This record gives sequence, structure tokens and C-alpha cells, in this order.
Amino acid sequence: MSGLIGKKIGMTRYFDNDGRSFGCTVVEVGPCVVTQLKTLEKDGYNAVQLGFGEKKEKNTSKALIGHFKKSGTTPKAKVAEFKDFSKSVNLGDILNVADIFSEGDFVDVIGTSKGRGFQGVVKRHGFSGVGGQTHGQHNRQRHPGSVGSCSFPARTFPGLRMAGRMGNQRVKVQNLQVLKLFPEKNLMLISGSLPGANNSFVIIEK
Amino acid sequence: MNPIIKFVESSFREAKTGIPNFKAGDTVNVHVKIKEGNKERIQNFQGVVIQRKNTNTNGETFTVRKISSGIAVERIFPILSPSIDKIEVVRKGSVRRARLYYLRHKEGKGARIKENKKAESTSAQE
Repeated sequence: MSGLIGKKIGMTRYFDNDGRSFGCTVVEVGPCVVTQLKTLEKDGYNAVQLGFGEKKEKNTSKALIGHFKKSGTTPKAKVAEFKDFSKSVNLGDILNVADIFSEGDFVDVIGTSKGRGFQGVVKRHGFSGVGGQTHGQHNRQRHPGSVGSCSFPARTFPGLRMAGRMGNQRVKVQNLQVLKLFPEKNLMLISGSLPGANNSFVIIEK
Repeated sequence: MNPIIKFVESSFREAKTGIPNFKAGDTVNVHVKIKEGNKERIQNFQGVVIQRKNTNTNGETFTVRKISSGIAVERIFPILSPSIDKIEVVRKGSVRRARLYYLRHKEGKGARIKENKKAESTSAQE
């Protein structure tokens, strides 16, 4: 596996050479810095840790400042690990978008979805609600209905889908195509939409 | 708009040249590329532009309305679509609205649009 960390910028429209139209997301990918190399002997698994995005030193803990100093970089806002990195890299290397990706690649994108707050079952789990508005239904159109049986089992089973906090979760979208690269600006156009708000960090795996 | 999005969109917009200056009310002739098997031919679609939507973005579209053998046809074109070979401005119209939806309820003489004769001299290529 290989990949980079990026920042979601926003969406636009793209036409390919066959004239097909794509809705696509612009992502600023890299430059990422290799901040740690994990090895089988020392850490129990092989991985590469990358850092992306600037962060003020005064907002960084002393422990992290020391961690970034080891690779000779400034503090980074987002750090992510990639297991079994397919490209051989050294500590402190700077990776740009064209080093890892090329046009036409299929990638997986991980982001944090937009938080929706406390939502009911219709929005959160796709329940259909009560179905009608007549026959005595006046205050329960979007209610979940029954949550269990009677004196047996006399309890509600764990894991039953109910209302609650929605969104703000790690989401992975698989098999998105890289439509175009702008290597000089470290930009990438990915077909379709990505999880999360604009200006949020995304991890792009290949 | 975000400057990065602007950069990306302008790079595609610059690649598409020959978009004339036109707006709602103008009569345009759109040369559309049509693929039939391996052959490609050009079909003309001439009519009145009734709106331009999402202007100054890559998602910009314009709607052309024409009366084809008594039946009104509206066609929406993405302005950056590669299947558009050329756009010709046939006639400049003088209208007071950006969206000419009222044309849908009118026919015959009522659906005429006054010609804007002043605009012709200034209709420079974009």
C-alpha cells in the first residue's frame, strides 16, 4: 500500500477526452514529510508515518516537537500511518502528489464525515417513518415504532437502531478514480464526492 | 470562490477557446458534434438562449429554446462540453430579464424578442 495525506478543497466539473462529464473533488495532496519509519524488528510491523500541513510550534506539545525534530521538519498538523509502504523512503523525505499517484489510478479516500448532531431514526438509519398521516397518526410520523416485545424478553436488545449522534465519523470511500493531476501545485482531481467538509484532512490510499 | 478551485477551473476554461459573448435573449447557433459509429458529424441547434446558469464556473450551462415543427424544444448545453464544436451568435436580443421563462407561455408573435442593434458593434469575442 502507498498513499498520501491531503486537504479537501471543494468540488468542480471535469470533462474527459471522450466528452464524458464528471463531478469531481479538488484535493491538495502533499507535500508530505516522512516523519517515522516503523520496522518489523522494532515496532512489530512495517509502516511509514507521514505528516502534512503546518502547525504553530506554540500549539504543539514538547513531545511532538521532539518527534518532528527527529525527521528534521517543522510540526505538522496531520499525521497518518501507511502499512507496508510500497515505495522505499527515508526519514525526512518529502513526497509530492506525482511521486505516488498518476492519472487513471483508483484510490480509497478516508475522511471524517460532517457532523449532523442528534438525529432521528428516519435520517440516521433510513427508517421510513409511520407511512401515513391519517388513521389517528398525529404526533408520530417520524418515530421508530416498537423497540421490543412483551414480558418475554422484557428488555430491549443491544444494538437496536435508535436516534442519536450522526456523522463526524471516520468514513472510507473506495475505488475512486484519479482524473487529473496538477503536479506543480500538488493538486489532484478525484471523481465523485469525498467525506467531510471543505478544508478538512483526507487520507488517500492507493 | 476558493483560489485553488479558481485555478483549476481557469485551466480548463482557457483550454476551451472560441466561446463568444452572449446572454439570455440572444439567438445562437450551436454546432454539436454527433458520433455515429466511427463517424463524427456536426448538427446545428439554433434557437433563443433563455438562461445561462452557474456563470464563471466550470459547471456553467446555457439553455437554448427553439420551435421545431410546431413543438418547442429546449436543450441544455454545458459550456465547456467537448461535444460543442462552435457557438455562433446569430442575433442579439434586447430583454430585461436574465431568465426568459416567460417565453414558455407565449407563442407566435408574443414570443418575439426585440433586436438589440447597439450590442452588435460591441459583441467582441471573449
